[in-house]
Amino acid sequence: MKPFAYHQPNQVPDAAKLLTSIEDSKLVAGGMTLIPTLKQRLASPVALVDLSKLPNLKGITDDGATISIGAMTPHAVVAASKLVQAKIPGLAALASMIGDPAVRSRGTIGGSVANNDPAADYPAGVLGLGATIVTSAREIAADKFFLGLFETALEPGEIITAIRFPVPLKAGYAKFKAPASRYALVGVFAAKFADGVRVAVTGAGSGVFRVPPMEAALSQHFDPSAVAAIKIDTDGLTSDIHAEADYRAHLVTVMAKRAVDAALS
Amino acid sequence: MGNVIGIGASPKRKEDQRFLTGRGNYVSDIKRPGMAAGVFVRSPHGHAKLRGIDKSAALAAPGVIAVLTGDDVADDGLGSLPCGWGITDAKGVPMKEPPFPMLAQDKVRFVGDMVAFVIAETSDQANAAAELLTVDYEVLPSVVGVLEAVRPGAPQLFDDVPNNICCDWELGDKAAVETAFRKAAHVAKLSLVNNRLIGNPMEPRAAIAEYEPGTDRFTLWTTSQFPHVVRFLMGALVLNIPQHKLRVVAPDVGGGFGVKQFHYGEEAVITWAAKRVMRPIKWVASRSEGYVSDRHGRDHVTEAELALDETGKFLAFRVKTLANMGGYLSTFGPNIPTNLYGPLLGGVYTTPAIYCNVKVVFTNTVPVDAYRGAGRPEATFVLERIVDVAASEMGLDRVEIRRRNMIPKEGYPYQTPVLVQYDSGDPVGCLDGALVAADVKNFGIRKSESARKGKFRGLGYSTYVEACGLAPSRFAGRLGARGGLYESATVRVHPTGQVTVMIGTHNHGQGHETTFAQIVSEKLGVSFENVDIVFGDTDRVQFGMGTYGSRSLVVGGAALSKATDKVVAKGKKIAAHLLEAAEVDIQFEAGKFSVAGTDRTKTFEEIAGAAYVPHNYPLEVLEPGLEEQAYYDPVNFTYPGGCHIAEVEVDPETGTVTLVNYTAVDDVGTVINPMIVEGQLHGGIVQGVGQALFENAVYDEGSGQLLSGSLMDYCMPRADHMPMMKVATHSTLCTHTPMGVKGCGEVGTIGSPAAVINAVVDALSHLGVTHVDMPATPNRIWRLLQNASLPVAAE
Repeated sequence: MKPFAYHQPNQVPDAAKLLTSIEDSKLVAGGMTLIPTLKQRLASPVALVDLSKLPNLKGITDDGATISIGAMTPHAVVAASKLVQAKIPGLAALASMIGDPAVRSRGTIGGSVANNDPAADYPAGVLGLGATIVTSAREIAADKFFLGLFETALEPGEIITAIRFPVPLKAGYAKFKAPASRYALVGVFAAKFADGVRVAVTGAGSGVFRVPPMEAALSQHFDPSAVAAIKIDTDGLTSDIHAEADYRAHLVTVMAKRAVDAALS
Repeated sequence: MGNVIGIGASPKRKEDQRFLTGRGNYVSDIKRPGMAAGVFVRSPHGHAKLRGIDKSAALAAPGVIAVLTGDDVADDGLGSLPCGWGITDAKGVPMKEPPFPMLAQDKVRFVGDMVAFVIAETSDQANAAAELLTVDYEVLPSVVGVLEAVRPGAPQLFDDVPNNICCDWELGDKAAVETAFRKAAHVAKLSLVNNRLIGNPMEPRAAIAEYEPGTDRFTLWTTSQFPHVVRFLMGALVLNIPQHKLRVVAPDVGGGFGVKQFHYGEEAVITWAAKRVMRPIKWVASRSEGYVSDRHGRDHVTEAELALDETGKFLAFRVKTLANMGGYLSTFGPNIPTNLYGPLLGGVYTTPAIYCNVKVVFTNTVPVDAYRGAGRPEATFVLERIVDVAASEMGLDRVEIRRRNMIPKEGYPYQTPVLVQYDSGDPVGCLDGALVAADVKNFGIRKSESARKGKFRGLGYSTYVEACGLAPSRFAGRLGARGGLYESATVRVHPTGQVTVMIGTHNHGQGHETTFAQIVSEKLGVSFENVDIVFGDTDRVQFGMGTYGSRSLVVGGAALSKATDKVVAKGKKIAAHLLEAAEVDIQFEAGKFSVAGTDRTKTFEEIAGAAYVPHNYPLEVLEPGLEEQAYYDPVNFTYPGGCHIAEVEVDPETGTVTLVNYTAVDDVGTVINPMIVEGQLHGGIVQGVGQALFENAVYDEGSGQLLSGSLMDYCMPRADHMPMMKVATHSTLCTHTPMGVKGCGEVGTIGSPAAVINAVVDALSHLGVTHVDMPATPNRIWRLLQNASLPVAAE
């Protein structure tokens, strides 16, 4: 690890100011991606801005038609939340599938969403549910937030404070775990709302994406059989030592079926 | 007598007291006064000429003490890292043995090859300076696969090793095999890959070296399975340090699996450097560094043919293998795919003629050497796979074809056509036991239940034998071993009757401190608590060859047994004097020396006391003290074996293979501690399952980059991959080891890969699948199903 300055601000504006005023500074939430990168000397920020002391960034609130999850809420808390389990069980299930117990205790929803790893689970839930990303500066719709491989709409110094999820009629997540990392080789989140169905895929390509043909078919008939015959184009899908693009494409269909099945059960 | 806990008992492990309370003492826990930190700079290229290294910026960095390179090694006239085995080809021509410099000179030959050692006050400073080192590489094309490496025009690693072939080795009667094939009613053929593995012990490798100018002595603390061998190889052959001036300590070591049974360049560099800078130096590998420097395992490409008569009797077996050695010859490297592979191709069968040809090949990859099982899992896999292929092609039941060819219990001792003679065994008994334990007769019901869920269920057998307890020195010497393979033990009885054992094996997770204490407790009748086992320090332990090849109990335990016999023999002489009886009339039983037919006795403690306070003692004929030493060189290998049955369920939608049942009935000879044996079997099986389903070291052809270079991409088996295993022993006693033991450290890893893959193939056989290469990953299975002749069912 290379040396760096460490800041632990008490207010969100202070944190934002530190991030904009110190060049090459990075914020740290749970640190599940950043800390290993630092240990491998692959990143050398001048300063770390630790968000753990910021008030009101942890916890889950029931807003009626929506649920708000504070950016610093660990995955384990979301997974175990009675509220999330009751209102969006598919989201609680997603949180319970992230990493391992240590990662779930430490990793946060805000960190995961801001990092936008192409194989992370939360982006599928956030995009699949059409959530709103609440930041220190504004609110961003999920459809406008994820911009591809580790890229998001966040501006420098902008800090996620919460994610607001609309409560769906039904929602489910199915994940095919990469054998070694247990990130999503392919993960599919399917959510049914009164005005239609959203399907979001993680792991398969360079970033989370929606599948309009599946959404259209499921809006007609929310059943696994509706997507069973829908094949995904391999263009833009990832090929690596674990899975070639055609296998990932096939898994999108299988996981979509299973996500709908999970939503219905 | 006290609390004797002897052979056959399962006390909790003595060593777990410190391991489970965080009080172990590992190399990285050790701090020496004035200790500096060292970091190795490694080649980022698979193959490159070293045109020059500019040290100036690194030397000027804060805290830097020294930067050492291959030129410094050459200037000091140091030796090459030695290979412990020298094999020869069919004509008796020795293998090609190019030098393996401890820091690269002229060329680098794999990603991870060491080019410099940077020493600084702190590891952060050393790391920062290492990044400032300018190495001028002329990058050359890499070759990483054995098939590619032997092709004409392939990149050549060494100018004087044509076609990258180190040795074209063979074993067996080629003409007899050809004759048998001409007469065969059926010939089964199989091409397969035995995947490259990375050992991944929990504790990464580490070393500390220190030089004391006052005594001109070096001390090396290292994560080693065999400190005495490191002392010899490094001191005598690399650094020219006299043996009495070099202490090698391998304290608590967090797992080895073979990875730590080699003499590594890092050990030599750090020991040499400690004197050059007159500072103790510590180096601790990161996990990522281990991936590109810990010796890898397996990596074969094989073509096999089995000739059978019309009844399914095996007539002859022919195997051609290309074995990957990596960029240089590691300590045991060329021995593994030859001497530990070919002689096991007979398996538990009466195949009369066997021929094996192995081309040992250099490639631009990490050197390959022994990994748990070492050669024997590869042999078992090819044999047990082709037996299934033959059964399928001939329409024979897979159990029946095995049964027809098995050596009967009364057929032992059995001389194979490939050098080794099995002393004992009962493969039919193991098979029968496993069939019952695995509930094979109800497999059809379970298969139907799986089918109802849209899953394909398969059952796989592996009836195997291995050779362990390495090794009879004379035999090994004929095969090319450059050292002996005996073991030694000293039993020191203290004046108060407690016992300290100094033994040359090394305990790094196997439970030796418990098992060996049980042997002493049983044989001397002393309390289990009153026996301590000392190992891993060349200054404390007389000598030893270390722990690998399932040899610790077989060879080390035998030395210990002999030494305790000597203690009893001396004790009888002392007791005869004290009890005023003839020595022949003295009996020793349950910790008491007594005169036969009388009630006159002396306890073990009384005899120990008399030996050290010899007021009333036969000093004219007997030395005082009670300490005995024994060396034991085995007369043969031991041959554990057994039957493993795996049951898998395949999800045809995703290609996922789930291991749902696993049964092992193994013949490991006498069992000292059943709990520890069970644990060894569990661990071994899981590692074999890892090879079969998950683990794969993948290199990029051309660049030589390791693509599976971390735990994110190299899949280790995990607890949730495993069902509850049914493990039992069905033992016949070894006829030539003192206690009848055969060893159990590797059986799990040797038996399991074939059982698992045979189960996967069985599950998919209705689709025309005849073979699946390891690891049977979801991606690979799905692709097989895409290409299979029948449509995939299951919706």
